[in-house]
Amino acid sequence: MKEFVLIFRHNSKANVKPTPEQIKERMDWLGSIAAQNRLADKGKTLSISGAKTVKPGNVITDGPYTEIKEFITGFMIVKTETIEEAVELAKANPIFKIGGNIEVREVMVPYNNN
Amino acid sequence: MTEKNKSYKEVLHHLFRIEFAKMTAVLCRRFGLNYIEIAEDIVSETFLKAMKVWRIKGLPENPTAWLYAVAKNKTKDYFKRLTVFETKIKDGINHEQFLNAKPSEQDEPGIDFTQQTIADSQLAMIFAVCDPINSEEAQICLALQILCGFSIEEIAEAFLAKKETIKKRLQRARINLRKSNFQIDTLQKSAIQSRLDTVLRTLYLMFNEGYFSNSNNKLIRKDLCLEAIRLTLLLTENPLTNTNETNALLALMCFQSSRFDARVNNVGDTVVFEQQNKNLWDNELIEKGNYYLVNAFSGSEISKYHLEAGIAYWHTTSDENKWDHILQLYNQLIIIEYSPVTALNRAFAFAKVYGNVPAIKEAEKLNLVENYYYHSLLGYLYADTNADKAITHYKKAISLIKSISEKKILLKEIERLKKRKNIS
Repeated sequence: MKEFVLIFRHNSKANVKPTPEQIKERMDWLGSIAAQNRLADKGKTLSISGAKTVKPGNVITDGPYTEIKEFITGFMIVKTETIEEAVELAKANPIFKIGGNIEVREVMVPYNNN
Repeated sequence: MTEKNKSYKEVLHHLFRIEFAKMTAVLCRRFGLNYIEIAEDIVSETFLKAMKVWRIKGLPENPTAWLYAVAKNKTKDYFKRLTVFETKIKDGINHEQFLNAKPSEQDEPGIDFTQQTIADSQLAMIFAVCDPINSEEAQICLALQILCGFSIEEIAEAFLAKKETIKKRLQRARINLRKSNFQIDTLQKSAIQSRLDTVLRTLYLMFNEGYFSNSNNKLIRKDLCLEAIRLTLLLTENPLTNTNETNALLALMCFQSSRFDARVNNVGDTVVFEQQNKNLWDNELIEKGNYYLVNAFSGSEISKYHLEAGIAYWHTTSDENKWDHILQLYNQLIIIEYSPVTALNRAFAFAKVYGNVPAIKEAEKLNLVENYYYHSLLGYLYADTNADKAITHYKKAISLIKSISEKKILLKEIERLKKRKNIS
């Protein structure tokens, strides 16, 4: 079994509060993954307003990069045999209905010198 | 048998069940966990004496007080004999640890059987018995024997196991307990905090063993549930153990038990939820469940007991949106802790919210092909749209199932589907 991080991105500008229906949809999706015993870590949702970016030279700006349109809104980790299965799980997420996207990244296993 | 004889025997049997464990707990707390057998011997002798005396003289006015007084005297005698032994006959047998442990109390062991002492002692005993050194199953067996006064036969009956197996399991568990050296006389706050999770889990499993057991002995199953409730109730009576989680667990037990009589019919068969006679639900227990559930939400933490109690609560209501709530609670529950049963129950709730056809896809994803409930669920979901597939799944379920009563239910379903096919 390998682990894959799903990174959720969103392009809406403000902190739009999800409707109860949207919360339900997300929970059904997450529950479905957990019910298949494919959930490794339910991860976290990230705030957009409570955000700073630290740059070299002690430069600190508010929020994530304002020049890019997408924000990372959260992440979680699934466990599947292949990246295709992880992609399959991601496909059912309701984020696509509201213009978001999901990046799927395999978790690196430390190199074994033997 | 004369009427008088019968009544003293009945009273004795009843008292044995209730008082044996309490008295042992009080004595054991005084002696230390290493000497639990001595405590049990003294209590056994007390009951032996009661049997002899009551048979001839009849019941005393207050049988419980009589038992406490005799146990107290027997304990004093024991200490006296021990002192004689130690001072006059003392040889290589090492009782020093015991004597050193309670030097000032050899003559007056200070045993009392007030309600408070009994409650404190039993609480201490719960924490001593639920020692992670033993497997969860062994902990439950110990709890049933030491805390609930179950006989080995009764425990074997509840677990559908051989008497010998249970006996060996208990022996090993007792040896482990002695080794672990748990301080039972002064139950420390830190010990409570570090062990409360294990205690709650053991009580939860003990309850489930009674509630979901395959044993056809309805009385033993109910006893198991009631004892689990009694011990959990004890936890709510002490400020250190009266946590939100404890209250959630107790609420769960109350809700589940409220359906106990409706769930099992007179011949011991399981009655599926939708066919239960709601008039048999115990409203008093539902009320109690509500009370403890409200207590459980006085903080912000949500444990699996909170979620399960929430699910059980919605089952007691006839709210039209209840399945929405139940599905959401199952979502949270499965995210906290995966188990095939939770996954399958969630799929059932999913069917109730979104319909059987969408739920088939959701259920098939689980791929629990060796699980009978998986097949009986798919049988149920296919029943309206694809009788052949439903029958195949029901047959597979029957080949995997152990409980005779549940087999009967599925066979009935197959018959119904076949009949319907012939009509159409």
